[in-house]
Amino acid sequence: MPQTKTEQQAPPPLEGATSAAALATTAPPPADAPVVRRRRRRRDIGAALGATWLVVIVLAAVLADLLPLPAPDAIGDQFSLAPFHSWEHVLGTDQLGRDQLSRAIYGARVSLSVAIGATLLGLVVGTFGGMLAGYYRRAADTTFEIVTNVLLAFPPLIFLIALVAALRPSITTLAAGLALVAVPTFARIARANTIAFANREFVTAARAMGATDARILGREVLPNVMLPVMSFALVVAAALVVAEGSLSFLGLGVPPPAPSWGGMIASGREELYDHAHLVLVPGLFFFLTVFSLNRVGDWARGRVGRESAL
Amino acid sequence: MRTARSPLRRVATLLVVLLLVSMAAFLLLELIPGDPLATLLPEGATPEVRAQVEAAYGLDQPLWKRYVDWLGHALQGDLGRSLQSQVPVSHAIFERLPVTLELAGLALLLALVIAIPVGVYSGYRPGGILDRIATFLCSITLSIPNFLLGVLLVFVFAVSLRMLPVTGWTPISRSFTGHVQGLILPVVTLAAVEAVAFIRLLRNDMVATLQQDYVLSARSRGLTTGRILFGHALRPSSFSLVTVLGVTLGRLIGGTVIVETLFSLPGLGSLVINAISNRDYLMVQGIVLVVAVAYVLINTLVDLSYPLLDPRVRAS
Repeated sequence: MPQTKTEQQAPPPLEGATSAAALATTAPPPADAPVVRRRRRRRDIGAALGATWLVVIVLAAVLADLLPLPAPDAIGDQFSLAPFHSWEHVLGTDQLGRDQLSRAIYGARVSLSVAIGATLLGLVVGTFGGMLAGYYRRAADTTFEIVTNVLLAFPPLIFLIALVAALRPSITTLAAGLALVAVPTFARIARANTIAFANREFVTAARAMGATDARILGREVLPNVMLPVMSFALVVAAALVVAEGSLSFLGLGVPPPAPSWGGMIASGREELYDHAHLVLVPGLFFFLTVFSLNRVGDWARGRVGRESAL
Repeated sequence: MRTARSPLRRVATLLVVLLLVSMAAFLLLELIPGDPLATLLPEGATPEVRAQVEAAYGLDQPLWKRYVDWLGHALQGDLGRSLQSQVPVSHAIFERLPVTLELAGLALLLALVIAIPVGVYSGYRPGGILDRIATFLCSITLSIPNFLLGVLLVFVFAVSLRMLPVTGWTPISRSFTGHVQGLILPVVTLAAVEAVAFIRLLRNDMVATLQQDYVLSARSRGLTTGRILFGHALRPSSFSLVTVLGVTLGRLIGGTVIVETLFSLPGLGSLVINAISNRDYLMVQGIVLVVAVAYVLINTLVDLSYPLLDPRVRAS
């Protein structure tokens, strides 16, 4: 798999969450490398707005049942109503008269819970595997390499399609599949950072004092590895939201009538000419969420990644 | 970071990975819950009939035996027959492959054609007006998933402006212009994200390269800016592009599935989606196997090509 030698910034991790790993395994710049003078860090307005949107959408998704919304599958008598024409349906209705705002928010529930769950699962599994490989090297490292290479042997979407085709989509299978896609990214970052920290003085000191491997890994290495790994979490989550959306769009996501953004876009495109809002409303939710995750993720990576990555 | 490994070890790893990939593709069918013969058996089939059908499909054999048989056939290009149409899976794949390759190839080309000038210029004047516009547009494009972008492009150019066909595929033999018109939206949809990814990489590498001493020396010798940018700085700045080629390719393959479904193009992607909705699992298995093996092989080739492109890698 591609290992980056001279890369300055990780490529956008859309879909191929794997690309994010490239940054973390980047070799340290040679001593004579040109120093790119960095501009003084300004307040990142984009990231602040993104964080605000994320808080709003997550709160809305969590509290969906308490909000004064019609049920997402309540079939109304006004079909494909345009947004801002009725107080009852602020963002309009779909072909079956179901409230778009409600569907978008309940769709956020599915998309976000799948993506966040998968990210956390991938992070835990990936960090664990990556740390073992980076700490013990040899056989552990070889196994690690083979396992990640097999996982990366399938283009992410093809992997998910195959898995979902065999296992029937549900929130659990989707989260598990997406987690598998995310594992190599986290694992590579964890491995690279573990290797960097495993020979530091404090680890040697701990070992000299008779600490067990488990203790060294848990108390000395893990706290240092955690930060760079976690700084990638949001960017990976963004890629997973997109992947979940793609599956839903293809009709392979969480089965209807559960609302999902990708599914809403797919069904809305049949009436694109007359009722563009059927695509635009879920599309806007989708865009804002992915954009926010990416912006806040980039900010987090900028704050943490550069300083601690090797 | 990574120590250089001997070619022998590389080949060994490659073979192990390919073997495991084939096992994963084989086990895909085993994962499916339910009776594999449910669709094949007539209703109320006697146990004898059932046993016969099982024997015919080799289902009475142990798992490992079936895997070895299946692998042997697969190595000879026999991936079984579609449960739906009875066409050999390999024939169906080869029939659909050109469309997918054309889509992905053109998208890659378009992405490079857009990214090279924009990336080079942005790197030449970082913080300049074009750089800032490009960075802004990039961060937006990156957050629009390709299926949404495709739908939006259809809305603007096909539905509202009526400039291009909404969906459909015209073989090049029937009408060249029709063929090209049908390809524009799918290719643009696929290329957008890749172009953005390339621009980001190229820009950053260009900024670093342009601070090297040899660029200064070229400038002092009075070479034109164009010559310095494209003649001296572009090549050493483009290795990152090559290193992400594997990731790009993975995204493109996933993207073709979306785009072919969205624009109803007769490629591998729409084939696999149709196969899934028809529960044509042998077809799904065959496509997954072929795509994964091709992907692994191409990635290995990309890996092996670094030393040819960059002598510094060879030295280390």
